[in-house]
Amino acid sequence: MRVNCRVRVIVGAAAIGISMLAAVVAQAAEAVRDPARGWDRLWFEVIVDITILGLLFAAVAAYFLIRYRRRDPGQEGSAPRLSPAMAVGWAIIPAFVFIADDFFLAGNGWQLWNNYREVPANRIEIQLESGMYSWDYTYPNGVRAQNELRVPAGKAVLLRMTSRDTIHSHFIPDFRVKEDSMPGRVTYMWFYPRQPGEHVVTCAEYCGIMHSYMVGKVIVMPEAEFSAWYEQEAARFAQAK
Amino acid sequence: MNVLKEWIFTTDHKRVGILYLIGSLAAFAVAGIVAMLIRIEHTTIGPTITNNPHDYNVWLYFHGAAMILGFQIPVLTGYFANYCVPLMIGAKDVAFPRLNALSVWLFYAGIVLALATFVMPDPPDVLWTGYPPYSTITSGNTAFYTFTVLLIGFASILGGVNFLTTIAFMRAPGITWNKLNVFVWSIFAAFVLQLIFVPVLGSAVTLITFDKYLGTTFFDPTKGGDVLTYQNLFWFYSHPAVYVIFLPFIGIVYEILATFAKNRVFNYKMVVYGGFGGIVLLTGEVWVHHLYVSGMADWIRVGQMVTTLLISVPVGLVVIGLVGTLYKGAITFQTPMLYALGTLFLFLIGGLTGIPLAVASLTIHLSDTYYVVGHFHYVMAVAGTFAIFGGIYYYFPKMTGRMYNETVGKLGFWITFIGTNVVFWTMMDIGVKGMPRRYFDYAHFPQFEFAHQIMTVGALFIGLGFALAIFNWIHGALKGEKAPDNPWGSKSLEWTTATPPPSGNWKEIPKVAEDWHPYAYGNR
Ligand code: HEM
Ligand SMILES: [Cu+2]
Ligand SMILES: [Cu+2]
Repeated sequence: MRVNCRVRVIVGAAAIGISMLAAVVAQAAEAVRDPARGWDRLWFEVIVDITILGLLFAAVAAYFLIRYRRRDPGQEGSAPRLSPAMAVGWAIIPAFVFIADDFFLAGNGWQLWNNYREVPANRIEIQLESGMYSWDYTYPNGVRAQNELRVPAGKAVLLRMTSRDTIHSHFIPDFRVKEDSMPGRVTYMWFYPRQPGEHVVTCAEYCGIMHSYMVGKVIVMPEAEFSAWYEQEAARFAQAK
Repeated sequence: MNVLKEWIFTTDHKRVGILYLIGSLAAFAVAGIVAMLIRIEHTTIGPTITNNPHDYNVWLYFHGAAMILGFQIPVLTGYFANYCVPLMIGAKDVAFPRLNALSVWLFYAGIVLALATFVMPDPPDVLWTGYPPYSTITSGNTAFYTFTVLLIGFASILGGVNFLTTIAFMRAPGITWNKLNVFVWSIFAAFVLQLIFVPVLGSAVTLITFDKYLGTTFFDPTKGGDVLTYQNLFWFYSHPAVYVIFLPFIGIVYEILATFAKNRVFNYKMVVYGGFGGIVLLTGEVWVHHLYVSGMADWIRVGQMVTTLLISVPVGLVVIGLVGTLYKGAITFQTPMLYALGTLFLFLIGGLTGIPLAVASLTIHLSDTYYVVGHFHYVMAVAGTFAIFGGIYYYFPKMTGRMYNETVGKLGFWITFIGTNVVFWTMMDIGVKGMPRRYFDYAHFPQFEFAHQIMTVGALFIGLGFALAIFNWIHGALKGEKAPDNPWGSKSLEWTTATPPPSGNWKEIPKVAEDWHPYAYGNR
């Protein structure tokens, strides 16, 4: 009986250990940690967190409002005066609960933040100059494009951004990423396009009269298709020169 | 004629307050009508009521600037502070009545400059934030923006000097610091913030005018300037400004809750020292949460994520105080109470939806979308307006000597409350899905058209509800029943004067008993 029990514990522990190891390996295998996925995960976590807090406060308030309606005219409230210990407790204990939650969120937020800021080494690096009212991209080999950013699927894309006039903000909702571009500074952002497809790029910083018309798109192409396009464009540019 | 002169040259704090009230409600009405135009413009994709995006940008400039600088800050720190603080602390007037008069004149000058937007050929189109380089290269008249901000800011500095002095030195004998109304504390804290931070805003907007008209290059990187400096200066003021609005409006909600629950304020010292004190200490260290995607250094973005999250501690204490004040109360639900509870509800949603925005990495997606616009209308714009409307209803009998109509009051509340949730909840929803703010047109987001139409209908409900309230006040002031001195049975000092209070408030400075307290209800 006892032996049997011990065996079960060992098997159980091993199973847990192996599955944890598998998870770690799986993460490592997925070399790129995609901030967009991290965003969706953290967003869900935070929404659960604030929903619980909100329901808690709302339920208590609703209960008080129903329970403590005035019964007869002339009635006054009868909340007891708090003893000093209670008064301090009612300040310190909630404060610590909030602080704990804050640090929990800050920790998770920081992790994701680093993810957004640390660009994978295996990447394609593109220069972006924004202006009223267009997105002008320059590829490493000199190919230029306006408002259409073609990229290969499955490779991290890094944009180094600046602006020739006002402040703009390169926002790709599908990739959960944006960052301002402005004169006099170079900012950056990166994203990880997994599959071929098209995604809206839109300006998220008020930059002038036509701000809401400053649109573009990211066109994610299969690796091979992209290379073909890239080479062809390079040749075309060389010819034009 | 004589009456008019009496009002214009008045130095009586109650009349100065009422002048502030009239001016700021006028600003609210115009900015509110403009909000309706903004919403109607979005009813269809593409142009709806104007073909020119510039018109939309000017409306949005006016809506934002007038709602904050012309309505909420003046009505809270001008009207409510003036009307209530001397009455609550048992003073005959404020410390410097003439300075007070000057401050309301400056405020009116600011309102006139703001309204000039609609008659000038080249109105400002820099939105209420005025970021360079756009504000220094636009053909719009940025100087009007600058001078509006400066005039109203200066009015507020005068108010700050006045009220801090009044609260510190003019309390009636026996009214100690720990017996001040929560509202008085909130005004004290708000003006401390104004005195520290308004000058920073003043310098920021002055520098853009220098850059634009005098050829300086503070914000021009091609000549040694830096565009981000402005944003840092601007938000160094404008984040605390949120608390300049929050503190007094939550102070009003405290007064209303205590009176209509006939109950002591829950854990008064926790609210005042922990809550308000904590806010004053922290609010100057969080401005970078407005710059999470502006290309600031990483260390300061992460650092201020932590300070921003920590703001939830004092704010949480303030909310616990509000809910706690209901505990074992004797609650009734007249119009002011409905608005106060409405504020609590809206603020709860607004405060909690601010938590994702504090997390820098989540804001990378959320920044500058309708999520932000929905959030700050919940937390400040409409929560504040509900508190303001509740407060006006609350003091209406004292101010005018007459009662408003309770049925119309409640009807107006419910219409606005429903409209508010329809509009701003929808806004947050499409914001998370990617709808950017400050958009005249949303042609490349056709999937949001239906949501925009719902919001337009909701906005008209909001407008109708607020209009009912204002109609109710005008009607009540002229035709309402006579009001008693203390219609709500409050224990607070301001209700012990005659209705309406005479010039000088009391024949003699009131004396309070040893165990007096503004919230001394029940068995104490
Ligand atoms: C009466 C109901 C209101 C409605 C329907 C409304 C509607 C709107 C809408 C639709 C926008 C965003 C437009 C855009 O980004 O393109 C907006 C922006 C804004 N609203 Fe309101 N609003 C209302 C009340 C208020 C109040 C009471 C305040 C007081 C503080 C306020 C302050 C602002 C500010 C500061 C902005 C940002 C302007 C900017 O982006 O520069 N609003 N409002
Ligand atoms: Cu733009
Ligand atoms: Cu802020």
